[in-house]
Amino acid sequence: MLLAGGQGSRLGVLTSDVAKPAVSFGGKYRIIDFPLSNCINSGIDTVGVLTQYQPLVLNSHIGIGIPWDLDRNNGGVSVLPPYEKSDTSEWYSGTANAIYQNLKYMENYNPEYVLILSGDHIYKMDYEAMLDFHKSKGADVTIAVIPVPIEEASRFGVVIADENKCIQDFEEKPEHPRSNLASMGIYIFTWAALKESLLALKDQSNCDFGKHIIPYLHKKGSPMYVYEFNSYWKDVGTLGSYWEANMELIELIPEFNLYEEFWKIYTNQSIIEPQYIASTAMVEKAIVGAGAQIYGEVYSSVLGAGVIIEEGAVVRDSIIMEGVHIGKNCVIDKAIIAENTVVGDNTKMGQGEALESKLNASIYAFGLAVVGENSTIPANVTIGKNTAIKGQTTEEDYPDGQLCSGDYIIKAGDRE
Amino acid sequence: MKALGIILAGGNNVRMQNLTDKRAIAAMPIGGSYRCIDFVLSNMTNSHIQTVAVLSQYNARSLNEHLNSSKWWNFGRKQGGLFLFTPTVTTNNNWWYRGTADAIWQNIDFLKKRHEPYVVIASGDCVYKLDFNKVLDYHIEKQADITVVCAKLPEGDDLSRYGVVTMDRDGRITEFEEKPMLAKSDIVSAGIYVIRRRALIDLLEECNKEGRYNFVTDILIRYKNLKRLYGYEMQGYWSNIADVDSYFKANMDFLRKDVRDKFFHEEPGVYSKTHDLPPAKFNTGSRVVNSLVAGGCIINSTVENSVLFKKAFVGNNSVVKNCIILNGAYIGDNVHVENCIVESHETLLSGSTYIGEDGVRIVTGNKNRYDMPVGEV
Repeated sequence: MLLAGGQGSRLGVLTSDVAKPAVSFGGKYRIIDFPLSNCINSGIDTVGVLTQYQPLVLNSHIGIGIPWDLDRNNGGVSVLPPYEKSDTSEWYSGTANAIYQNLKYMENYNPEYVLILSGDHIYKMDYEAMLDFHKSKGADVTIAVIPVPIEEASRFGVVIADENKCIQDFEEKPEHPRSNLASMGIYIFTWAALKESLLALKDQSNCDFGKHIIPYLHKKGSPMYVYEFNSYWKDVGTLGSYWEANMELIELIPEFNLYEEFWKIYTNQSIIEPQYIASTAMVEKAIVGAGAQIYGEVYSSVLGAGVIIEEGAVVRDSIIMEGVHIGKNCVIDKAIIAENTVVGDNTKMGQGEALESKLNASIYAFGLAVVGENSTIPANVTIGKNTAIKGQTTEEDYPDGQLCSGDYIIKAGDRE
Repeated sequence: MKALGIILAGGNNVRMQNLTDKRAIAAMPIGGSYRCIDFVLSNMTNSHIQTVAVLSQYNARSLNEHLNSSKWWNFGRKQGGLFLFTPTVTTNNNWWYRGTADAIWQNIDFLKKRHEPYVVIASGDCVYKLDFNKVLDYHIEKQADITVVCAKLPEGDDLSRYGVVTMDRDGRITEFEEKPMLAKSDIVSAGIYVIRRRALIDLLEECNKEGRYNFVTDILIRYKNLKRLYGYEMQGYWSNIADVDSYFKANMDFLRKDVRDKFFHEEPGVYSKTHDLPPAKFNTGSRVVNSLVAGGCIINSTVENSVLFKKAFVGNNSVVKNCIILNGAYIGDNVHVENCIVESHETLLSGSTYIGEDGVRIVTGNKNRYDMPVGEV
């Protein structure tokens, strides 16, 4: 059961029209490709994807699951939005509540074990190894954890376990953590225990795994274990960490290697033609998606499929997503430009000093200029750092041809 | 669509030299991301032909690997489908395909069982875009028995390897010469034919009785005065892969904007099997100009005027110039390779030099990178 209904509000305009799991990553993928590919690579061929927030992109991306070989006669992928029932109709109000509302879906398959995942992280993980561990321990619940530096542990839900990996206690974002094992939000439940706890807590408002189900089962004395994961796992929940995780991919030998044959990541990508690098182009330290056309210069950047960089443009330290068109002689520094955005000629982005964002200083930080999908940016304007743009903007939106650092233009709902 | 498709993909040509050692011409990699047969398959699916039979004989396995699923071209449907027919031994036949007409004749049961009134026959070794509906409309309008799709060759092309066609003002074919030493026109057959299914069955049975097996010489040329043969002149890019030079040129043509726009950006598209490769990676030191780069490539140095297919690797301080680098080729450090076609999964050891002095050189036979299964061809 893959929880993919969250907005991921800390990604700002990147998630104004798409759910976080559908945000592009690494020049080709969407975040949800990682857990979905992990599923099929681990031999899990029945996956329910729970959607709620802005599901359109997610739905069309998943389709019937062909790219992940999840188009099955029996099982396969099912998209599970909230639905109206005869007596109630409610949105998914918490992670466990969402799973509870889909008890029937799970019962159809009469499972022995249920794996709960979120669509928020970049990692390659063999869930089957975790399941083997779960079985060998005779556990009711196994929680995947990753060791983090102890000084950062207070940002996570921390699990305290004994030497047998048996869980002793939990702490949610503790000030003085007693362990460095952070919960990854990945759980394996023995079906009976999951069903019993979901039914027992069905009236709990905003029922959540970390806050309600796990403590409930712990109090009951159910056997619970931690499964330690010791490989690349990246939370891309903030614009800064999202940008960083993309930039790590352009290292000479990235820690997270997409180029190995083993454990392939699958995605739904209709653009298959090769990319064209023109005589006027210069591409260095970058990854570039299929079908891109590069006439300008690209340094230290991640470019999606079908991107066009016109002659004379210079792109540095940026993430340019699928279908973006960067006009002639643009200068793009440290920007994130979401899908199908058009940037006019001679426009400069990511210029000047980084001032605090007037929209939301905790989201639009890191010195990034961020543009939401399907936006338009006119020619000959200069855009500062910590800025946010969304929608069809025109020259009138840029007094003196400028969007100063920390400013924003959000024109939602005016799309033609 | 009122037609079914037959793709003749049986052949080899000695003039392909050792490029076809491990694959049929129809399975030759083209344009960075495609195989030759993708073009005709995409044309057929885009023309809403739902049933397609691929007739293959020479190194059929290479083609079979590429066609392992019909879903890439949208043929995986309840109605119709994609079929690969290789010669089989039955109680009344133990021949290989003895020619193009014989290849279809050996699968005549398939023709008889179908219900589509027309058949589109095309070869699997051409690069082009064509709406077969337009050819069929023309065929019906002209009340033709057989319509031959023709292409006008640019001046200076060697016509002696084509079937050369002369038409009257109405488009009816008056002369059809196969590989003439002296050509009477610059219009050649593109190897694409439209014919009524019933008429095709009759012609094939007649031919077989007389021990004739070649579609061009024994049907088209022999019947051209008896039957109404019409030529449909197709517009736009068309190239036929028959030898090393035409293969090299067809790939290099994709460095032209008009060719890229036609095949990459104009609807409807060209489809191929997907390989789920990561985006291409350009490391520090990469200097790529005027080149096509496919998914999964990793580039560390200079690449000029070249086409790189999937998963090619170029090491440090190397120069790749005017080359076609096929799938998974590994080019080490300090390598100079110019004017070459580098075979798939080839290893160019560090410090080596490969230059095509007079004409294109095929680099093949070096696989000692590591002892690993070579994988698909």
